Amino acid sequence: MENILNIFIRSIFIDNMVFAFFFGMCSFIAVSKSVKTAMGLGIAVTFVMLVTVPLNWLLNEYVLSGGALSWISPELKSVDLSFLSFIIFIAVIASLVQLVEMVVEKFAPALYNQLGIFLPLIAVNCAILGGSLFMQERGYANIGEATAFGLGSGIGWWLAIIMMAAIREKIAYSNVPPALKGAGITFILTGLMGIAFMTFLGIQL
Amino acid sequence: MSEKEKEPMFSAKIWKLLTSPFNQNNPITVQILGICSALAVTAKLKPAFVMALSVTIVTACSSFIISLIRKSIPSRIRIIVQLVVVAALVILVDQVLKAFVYDVSKQLSVFVGLIITNCIIMGRIEAFALGNKPWASFVDGAGNGLGYGMILIILGFFRELLGAGTLWGYQVIPDSWYVANGGFYSNNGLMLLPPMALICVGIIIWIQRSRNKSLIEK
Repeated sequence: MENILNIFIRSIFIDNMVFAFFFGMCSFIAVSKSVKTAMGLGIAVTFVMLVTVPLNWLLNEYVLSGGALSWISPELKSVDLSFLSFIIFIAVIASLVQLVEMVVEKFAPALYNQLGIFLPLIAVNCAILGGSLFMQERGYANIGEATAFGLGSGIGWWLAIIMMAAIREKIAYSNVPPALKGAGITFILTGLMGIAFMTFLGIQL
Repeated sequence: MSEKEKEPMFSAKIWKLLTSPFNQNNPITVQILGICSALAVTAKLKPAFVMALSVTIVTACSSFIISLIRKSIPSRIRIIVQLVVVAALVILVDQVLKAFVYDVSKQLSVFVGLIITNCIIMGRIEAFALGNKPWASFVDGAGNGLGYGMILIILGFFRELLGAGTLWGYQVIPDSWYVANGGFYSNNGLMLLPPMALICVGIIIWIQRSRNKSLIEK
């Protein structure tokens, strides 16, 4: 339990998806112009990560990694399918996003109209695939840890994009050098926020 | 149709597709695509170069393949089809890197896999390859990959030089300059940390846009 909490807190603050690994930067920069849309995308990303990371953990544990197929029959012990993991992970993510899109469209049309354009974008958000790949590389021991990691990373991304959107709403009234307007100043701001987030580095849980 | 077939292999239009990503239409500084992987791998020059090469190959080949089959993809499931093609190419690149440059492959870790979700690739497929002929799509993909690679190499060059005093792993700043040896110089360790990559891209954008006023955002 302690371990799960540790992973959860770590993935929000210390190993923050945006500030420590630059995952999901494209949509982070493009969609952080207003807090409202940033909120929508943040919720959608958190939800998709919460579902895909444990799902991919199961696939990795019981299908893909070396010797994982031995639950079918002991003869398959030498099979190692881990080279297929990219294609399996991205297929899971893309089909899940499509599924979520259809479900939301059917049962919550109001939410769908708000999120509409962002949902298909999530399939190619690096934070989602990055979450699954980190889960595989770090070898989380059980599904609880993987879920905590997925949820924490999603929340960390959500937190980052809301903060960025809030700053950008304010900065719209500031006198920024013309050549830095828009993308330039956003990059520099993200860098400065990243330096601020580095102060969490020393924290040991 | 016959008119288009006569188009030479390197017409002015094709040439423009190849060169515009270097300045006017750069994927990183103007289109703001593919930043995710661009920043994390540029602390050293060598991984940056390998990454640039891999992305160029994947972008060019995936644009080419998608353009070949563009008329038979149903638009409802096109994202999954594109992802499968890109993922297959990335698996190939990953296996080649693991076989020939294992140390760099270890350094790049998950970022090779993340080429799949590199927005440049999906962006070029969606915006160009789905509506253009295979050869033009191939050139467009290659041009964008190279424009991306150029920024990666500039970033890698400055971050490694200022952050570690080396280039491609070789010491460039003379040893006698360092404070430890009685000199006046010390490395700026901040350059190797993630936030500085963002600030460097910001500065590149600043320089490019003050030279090229038409790119300034309103």
